[in-house]
Amino acid sequence: MIMEDMINLKINGMPVRVHKGTKILEAARLLHIDIPHLCYHPDQRIKARCRICSVEVVGKKRLLAACATECWEGMEVFTDTKVVRDTQRGILQLIMADHEENCLTCPRNGNCVLQQLCSRFNILRPNLTHVAEHLTVRTGNPSLVHDPEKCVKCGRCIRVCKDVQGIEAIGFAGRSTGLKVTTPYEDDFAKTDCVLCGQCTVVCPVGALVERDDTDKVLDAIFDPAKKVIVQTAPSVRVALGDAFGLPDGSIVTKKMVAALRMIGFDKVFDTNYGADLTITEEACELIDRLKNNRKMPMTTSCCPAWVNFVEKHYPGEIEHLSSTKSPMSIFSAVLKTQYARQEKIAPENIFSVAVMPCIAKKYEARRPELGKNGNFDTDAVITTRGLIKLIKYIGIDFVNLQEDEFDDPMGESTGAGAIFGTTGGVMEAALRTAYEWLTGREMPTLEYTPVRGFEGIKEAQVKIDKYNLKIAVVHTLKNAALVMNKLQVGQCDYDFIEIMACPGGCVGGGGQPVTTTFAATKKRMSALYEIDRSSKLRRSHENPYLKKLYAEFLVSPGSDKAHQLLHTCYQARTKEFDF
Amino acid sequence: MIEDSGKFDLNDELKTQIETILDNHCHDFTQIVGILLDVQEQISQHYIPKIAAFYIADKLPIKLSAIYDCITFYDALSDKPRGRYPIEVCDSVACKVNDNGFLLETLKELLGIDFGTVTYDGRFTIEKVSCFGACDRAPAVKINKIVYGPLKTREQVRDLLKQFV
Amino acid sequence: MENIKYITENFGKYDISSIDSYMSIGGFEALRKAVAMDGDAVAAVLSEAKIKGRGGAEYPMGRKWSQARVVKRPHHCVVCNADEGETCTFKDRELIKNDPFNLIEAIIIAGWTVNAEDAYIYLRAEYACLRPRIINAIQQAEEHDFLGKNILGTGWSYNIHLYSGAGAYVCGEGTALIRSIEGKAGRPRMKPPFMKQSGLFARPTCINNVESLSIVPHLLRNALPYMQAGTKESVGTKLISVGGNVNKPGVYEIPFGISIRDIIYDLAGGVQEGRNIRLIQFGGASGKISDDRILDIPYSYESFAANNLIIGSGSVLVIDERTSVIDFLRYTQDFFLHESCGQCTPCREGNRHIRIFLEKIKNGIHTDEDIRTMKTFATVMPMSSLCGLGETAQNALKSAFTIFPEVFTVKKSAGGI
Ligand SMILES: Cc1cc2nc3c(=O)[nH]c(=O)nc-3n(C[C@H](O)[C@H](O)[C@H](O)COP(=O)(O)O)c2cc1C
Ligand code: SF4
Ligand code: SF4
Ligand code: SF4
Ligand code: SF4
Ligand code: FES
Ligand code: FES
Repeated sequence: MIMEDMINLKINGMPVRVHKGTKILEAARLLHIDIPHLCYHPDQRIKARCRICSVEVVGKKRLLAACATECWEGMEVFTDTKVVRDTQRGILQLIMADHEENCLTCPRNGNCVLQQLCSRFNILRPNLTHVAEHLTVRTGNPSLVHDPEKCVKCGRCIRVCKDVQGIEAIGFAGRSTGLKVTTPYEDDFAKTDCVLCGQCTVVCPVGALVERDDTDKVLDAIFDPAKKVIVQTAPSVRVALGDAFGLPDGSIVTKKMVAALRMIGFDKVFDTNYGADLTITEEACELIDRLKNNRKMPMTTSCCPAWVNFVEKHYPGEIEHLSSTKSPMSIFSAVLKTQYARQEKIAPENIFSVAVMPCIAKKYEARRPELGKNGNFDTDAVITTRGLIKLIKYIGIDFVNLQEDEFDDPMGESTGAGAIFGTTGGVMEAALRTAYEWLTGREMPTLEYTPVRGFEGIKEAQVKIDKYNLKIAVVHTLKNAALVMNKLQVGQCDYDFIEIMACPGGCVGGGGQPVTTTFAATKKRMSALYEIDRSSKLRRSHENPYLKKLYAEFLVSPGSDKAHQLLHTCYQARTKEFDF
Repeated sequence: MIEDSGKFDLNDELKTQIETILDNHCHDFTQIVGILLDVQEQISQHYIPKIAAFYIADKLPIKLSAIYDCITFYDALSDKPRGRYPIEVCDSVACKVNDNGFLLETLKELLGIDFGTVTYDGRFTIEKVSCFGACDRAPAVKINKIVYGPLKTREQVRDLLKQFV
Repeated sequence: MENIKYITENFGKYDISSIDSYMSIGGFEALRKAVAMDGDAVAAVLSEAKIKGRGGAEYPMGRKWSQARVVKRPHHCVVCNADEGETCTFKDRELIKNDPFNLIEAIIIAGWTVNAEDAYIYLRAEYACLRPRIINAIQQAEEHDFLGKNILGTGWSYNIHLYSGAGAYVCGEGTALIRSIEGKAGRPRMKPPFMKQSGLFARPTCINNVESLSIVPHLLRNALPYMQAGTKESVGTKLISVGGNVNKPGVYEIPFGISIRDIIYDLAGGVQEGRNIRLIQFGGASGKISDDRILDIPYSYESFAANNLIIGSGSVLVIDERTSVIDFLRYTQDFFLHESCGQCTPCREGNRHIRIFLEKIKNGIHTDEDIRTMKTFATVMPMSSLCGLGETAQNALKSAFTIFPEVFTVKKSAGGI
């Protein structure tokens, strides 16, 4: 380490050495002091807006924002003097005076940053006039709920929507006490540029932006004796769920999760990875078909519903690039309510299909009319990782000490290729494994295709398969997706196959993941999925035995007419409020 | 009550006017504040109808939320229709201590309207604004960029209103 | 009282629509002088004259320019702050109205000194009627090659752009102003990065008030009268805008050092109908207040500092006995409550609670606890707000605590509980 890059300072009299550029808040962490913060988020630009991190720095007349101020050599910081306490507590009191606190009935009860701060500062009774106005909750879509009364105007949602997704569906409006964090003209999210990715619900520190809660719907079905309630769990849930129960980030808790789901009362516990294997198989087949028959290129994945929303809303002219293959969740539910129902002799309408997803856009996807029949949806309810945590807590399960358990047969069967679907690059890698084998008749020399792994926003590679020299790209976050789409629109995009996931890191960083999700946690979850793949017996989707059986008995072959009927879907440009 | 801006008709003439304004600003989205001020001036009720905001967002590489933020942030921009002659009455301290209360009351009485309403003929609205630097003419009002004041008597107010037909 | 015209020297002396007329009274001579000088030398003249920024923050102008010119990053720019939003402040209005060419000349000199490529004038929307004058002055300067490419044969190119504000006091704050020019809502950002390093469009930016700039051409032409005026620490003259309950509100140029009494009773013609003074506020809404005990102190930076006052924007607001201290504070608080950008908690929420406490006091229903809490928040706000607005919004209130302590006592009502 170069000496000049290190800085010495004191916090509350204790010496600490940090890299140049470290902020006071981060330096204090090294001393195990958590300076209160609200607008600060480790993955976001500095906002320095809530001011609750104000601390005293010797020689400065005013307090400085610890989240935003870089340490300097010889700096002396105090985080616990009377002025600091008066100020931090004062700011909290100011926030509370404008906060409609009804914690007991708030979705964030128990994991709300504001609640934690109030308990830390021992705010026992209000000393300021309560000035909160009544504002209406907005819920005009299946995914997102916005309760502006609870908003602390930290701007985290605005940053993620703009800097990560490039959407800017939500922003500031007005000024002074009239400042609002809102969609333009306070329209419902469905009417705006929002694609329901849910990233804002992950970063919101309070109960202002949350997902629509469907856990009650699930419990109602479980209590209904006529229903067979069958659950599928997405690959990325099993590597994120543990975070909420105090396990290290990225712990693999697949078997405990299965056990918990049984205890909650699901009749069958299946794996979305099976659906993922099907999606891969169909998508690989579709890619080969497009290649061989010179159809619309490049092909992009379509398993991410926020990405699909993005294309339908913002690039309606490019819809044909989307793979017509259904997402793993929807493909799974389609098979569940047809082939599986037939096999098990259950009337499809008596099956209640629940998906546990890392995503809130899946709630929207489940309500797409084309993903169901006669007004019945293939997927009856989607709950997120956060929703599952709530159910586990409701039953009172001691998750960490739970006996491990296995998925049910037959749709609990899956391959390592299905597992890596949950990370950016995973779909590409899985599809390549299958396409390679089909085109060359040989196994891919090495199954682990590293150029598509990692957290970089846009990864490109060229793979030679048979006579084809495939140009591929792997993209995550919609801001990066827009870069690719803008090129594509003007014909400057010579890729053949693009994988796009809306959320940073893919589903492991999804909008339905625990609110403690950060890029650092996401990366650990990515490694965990690759670990699951490595230790799987089967690692190529088309090898999945129940999948083979399905094709043999029911669908003939990948890409067949029957397969198209059941496993493929269509997309539609969205109508706009004003069309010029 | 002030009419809902959703009903505003964005006709071709206005579209061309907006295009011209965008040209004048070189389609430079960083000039959005100036663009909005210019568009607002083209509209007789001195506001930015929702549909016009959508139209501008469509034409420039800027998101609607950023435009909405500007419209709601800046006092000089309005998302609600105003009178053809919006009477901006200074409500800051120098005018207040020179009895702008009398001025406000007189205006309300003579026009028969309150804040947030338009006269029946669509001519006037009364708005309270912050100091516009005419404190040497306190109590002052500003109507379409021009300052009038001091307005201390009923006659002065009446004479002022007569100028706007 | 002696009548001094230095900054306002050109007022009424030339046809403000004609550059030729301006040149006939010596216009653009200062620019010619400046381009013959090294930028450091220009900055040194300002330092010599001890000019402090006239926009409110009172930053030494010579230092600002000499710092700005050495910033290593490319594409420097100059911003002229014509947002003049402080209440009872309208001196910049007079400068633009009566001497637009001088301002343009000053902005060109500023550009030369700090090695800038562009200048931006940010004119408040409320002064839209002054726009044509500025546009005309810029155009004529361009036609005479004082702007554009290769100015005065120096090889240096420079342009001035005029931007309009849209009604937001906070946009007078430097970082808010640049955001407004960049096409965003004018909410300040935290510093650092400082403007001189990364300001408008992330370029090194030197921002000055209209009056600060307007002094420069005069100073380069003939510094002597300025250097001879004023006091030791407050050299020269100042434009002040006097308003409120005085007989002759208006803009006056004064040498530093004359007494407040002279300003109010001589220049501004005394208080309306001979009433008593309740209080005086200096430097706009963000300024501090006092009562008639300071009538005989000199108007200068040093004497103001000693009396817990600030010169700030140079306004003198006189409130007569008809308005109570609490009413005055309420009006001031209303201003900030309306003008806060709202992004940071202490200012957004603090303003409204201070306003509620003031209302309680007005209605006589306040308790000791209320006063204690109000005092806490009057400290919390300036201590922790993001920008200068929140920092200074309670200046008037805080000075009222010392000047008018009786206003904040709790009256124990005889029959009450
Ligand atoms: C809330 C706020 C409002 C301000 N308004 C103005 C203004 O209207 N005009 C101005 O020249 N400076 C204003 N300032 C001061 C500017 O930030 C800046 O200091 C000044 O323009 C620098 O120029 P000067 O050094 O020549 O004074 C304001 C500052 C704050 C914090
Ligand atoms: S957002 Fe937090 S503090 Fe507010 S009601 Fe919900 S849990 Fe309570
Ligand atoms: S769901 Fe996604 S697109 Fe919609 S507001 Fe939130 S972050 Fe933006
Ligand atoms: S909605 Fe949540 S994240 Fe967004 S500003 Fe409000 S509190 Fe912050
Ligand atoms: S102090 Fe006030 S004006 Fe300044 S950033 Fe904070 S809220 Fe905005
Ligand atoms: S956490 Fe530092 S200002 Fe919000
Ligand atoms: S106070 Fe009314 S114009 Fe300044």
